[in-house]
Amino acid sequence: MIEYLSVIVGLIVLALLVGLGRVLLGPSSADRMLASQLFSTAGVSILILLAIIQNQSALINVALVLALLAPLTLITFIRLRKKSL
Amino acid sequence: MSLLDVFTVIMTASGLFFFFAGSIGIVRFPDVFCRLHALTKVDNLSLGLIMIGVLPHAASIFDALQIIIIWLLVMVSGAVSCYLVANQAEEDLSTDAAVQPNALDDVPMKRSIKPTINSSAGSTNNGI
Repeated sequence: MIEYLSVIVGLIVLALLVGLGRVLLGPSSADRMLASQLFSTAGVSILILLAIIQNQSALINVALVLALLAPLTLITFIRLRKKSL
Repeated sequence: MSLLDVFTVIMTASGLFFFFAGSIGIVRFPDVFCRLHALTKVDNLSLGLIMIGVLPHAASIFDALQIIIIWLLVMVSGAVSCYLVANQAEEDLSTDAAVQPNALDDVPMKRSIKPTINSSAGSTNNGI
């Protein structure tokens, strides 16, 4: 089971590398921010899988902090684009 | 291999499938709104399936509860932030990007969306 979950983590990283193509292609900055949202979701799932693999409950707390900080990047991005606010 | 292990294998494998579907969709879909559609599938489905699959192997009941809370948090925050991005993209589509170029964009967002509307045959995107 440990080996299987490790393979799952590796394949999620592979899916992230595919999504990295959108950061390179662009064309607008909103597209790049969407890729960052994908990264945060993948990061949360990787951290939870690692918490199960290594049997360390502290990594679940790290995943919680990452899930809390992820929407702040997108909200900051939207606030910067709205010049009237 | 116990029954719980079979459950974990099925759930995490289907979650991984949605991860690949979402990242391929983000790369291949034509405009911001289609990419948002692909991204929200990743946020809700694949993360939820992986977490459900992992739940039987959690060390304690509190860890399992925390995993469920993280899932709910990611669903709510993903919905809110993707709504904000869609709102902003629609606003950029309606205002003239050539008159007011945005300093954050190396290419104005309107130019990235408009050719795809023109090129799509039958153009179902006109109602945006």
